[in-house]
Amino acid sequence: MTLEIKEMSKAYGGLTVVDRVSITMEDADIIGVIGPNGAGKSTLFSLVTGFLDGNGGDVVLDGKPLGNASAVERAQAGMVRTFQVPREFAHMTVRENLMAAAPGQGGENLITTFFRPASVARQEKEIAGKVEETIRFLKLGVVADTPAGRLSGGQKKLLELGRALMTGAKLIMLDEPFAGVNPVLIEELSQKIRELNARGIGFLIIEHDLGALSKLVSKLYVMDRGKLIASGEPAAVLSDAAVREAYIGGGAN
Amino acid sequence: MDAYLIAIAIVSGIYLLLALGLNLQFGLTGLINFGHVGFFCVGAYTSAILSTNGVPVAWSLLAAALVGMLAAWPLGVISIRLREDYFAIASLGFSEIVRLVATSEGWLTNGVQGIAGIPRIFSGVTGQSQAIAMLAIVTVFCVLAILAMRRIVRSPFGRMIEAIRDNEEAVKSLGKDPAGFKMQVLLLGSMLAGLSGALYAHYIGYISPDQFIPFITFQIWMAIIMGGVGRISGTVAGVIILMVFLEGSRFLRDIAPFIPEVAMASIRLGAIGLALMLFTIYRPQGLMGDYTKR
Ligand SMILES: Nc1ncnc2c1ncn2[C@@H]1O[C@H](COP(=O)(O)OP(=O)(O)OP(=O)(O)O)[C@@H](O)[C@H]1O
Ligand SMILES: [Mg+2]
Repeated sequence: MTLEIKEMSKAYGGLTVVDRVSITMEDADIIGVIGPNGAGKSTLFSLVTGFLDGNGGDVVLDGKPLGNASAVERAQAGMVRTFQVPREFAHMTVRENLMAAAPGQGGENLITTFFRPASVARQEKEIAGKVEETIRFLKLGVVADTPAGRLSGGQKKLLELGRALMTGAKLIMLDEPFAGVNPVLIEELSQKIRELNARGIGFLIIEHDLGALSKLVSKLYVMDRGKLIASGEPAAVLSDAAVREAYIGGGAN
Repeated sequence: MDAYLIAIAIVSGIYLLLALGLNLQFGLTGLINFGHVGFFCVGAYTSAILSTNGVPVAWSLLAAALVGMLAAWPLGVISIRLREDYFAIASLGFSEIVRLVATSEGWLTNGVQGIAGIPRIFSGVTGQSQAIAMLAIVTVFCVLAILAMRRIVRSPFGRMIEAIRDNEEAVKSLGKDPAGFKMQVLLLGSMLAGLSGALYAHYIGYISPDQFIPFITFQIWMAIIMGGVGRISGTVAGVIILMVFLEGSRFLRDIAPFIPEVAMASIRLGAIGLALMLFTIYRPQGLMGDYTKR
């Protein structure tokens, strides 16, 4: 899996919130995106995944330029994002949330619902099996039958990761996956991400917990006021003077 | 059986078909349809026009359901991708256009005079048996519609429309296009409305444009809100509550004979308005509880 984010830009009126940002990922890597509040990280994710229309730039996934593909098409191409503020299906159980995420469901139209119930039931069984695996993997067993709206913030983050996994995505973009997750679980979650990465899934991760993130990623990109100000190995980037300045100066406002 | 009760049961069944369709659209999918009566109107006119021109009633009913469904197609194509509040306005506009067409295309609809002499469903029988036969057929359609809704709720399709209702952006992030699901839901709900309109036309025997005002849509909204949005049992309960308030206010004159006849229409309106207010204050989740309670 390769990803090239090329010169992505977004302006609101006169304010450029993402300014020609380029990020490259080769061979299903784990890459971090950091920067102070308001730097434009989440906006960049929305641009890349087609949830926002930008002002120039392109995304190339596995050598294919996505041009102006819609959010749905981008997700179908294997690029799935989570949201900074979790968007769980609040009135559905965790299990149902995960079931809904499985791709290629023949039962998702009215014709098959009424005229091919047997084949739909067969596929449901298959999907249910995968959902159980995902629930075990993410240790969501105790809340499997709880409406997702009642989960804690951390559990919702896990659920969103689970849904992304259910889609069979090859690139998963996590927006602050550790926010609201307790430190023990963060360590576990990092381990899961490594495992998934070893299976060939690429990760692009926005995170404010720099300690946990730098242990996880091979490369960090730093944004400040819309611009990329540094990139490279975590240790080098975190000791960079401009980066420290951005965090101390920009982060305080 | 009392003729009055049979009549109420028939009208309740006709309302229930409408309400089941709207519950599918709003309660399960989150689609705000303010133009439901438009498809009811299309169905009523389709069946009325066909049957008064010699088409057997069985076929005109079928045609009404299909034409009701097809009428929703252009509305869906134009506005299903709009934000939900814009869709609400577009659908309301659509139903008013339908009513305008019914009013002004006299060659087809007989204009404001309406269409009279619409044949009964079982032309062979008369009087009480006619009413009972009508009730039987309405009941059959209602039972079928309820079974269909139960099948949908338990299906992967049902799961996905509820996901759309809960969070459309998240559905997109999973690579599924909400528009296709919404379109199917719009079509099926409109098919039920078309069928309901046809049954209404054959039951009343006379239709005119002024019977298809937006107020009908809002009565159905009140029914599903009072019964419990997103629940099939809530839809059934809501229609019963609506009928109790609509019909109950009729009997008000028995205990308060000083109310003039002309005031009755307003009083009925006031009664269901009051009912809706009481429900939103004391039981906002509706009688049976809505989808947020589980
Ligand atoms: N609709 C909008 N109109 C104008 N400005 C906006 C809009 N949406 C976001 N912004 C601005 O864009 C900038 C980038 O926001 P963004 O959410 O991408 O930051 P972020 O890096 O994700 O921050 P955080 O770490 O707090 O999540 C912010 O200054 C924000 O105020
Ligand atoms: Mg953000």
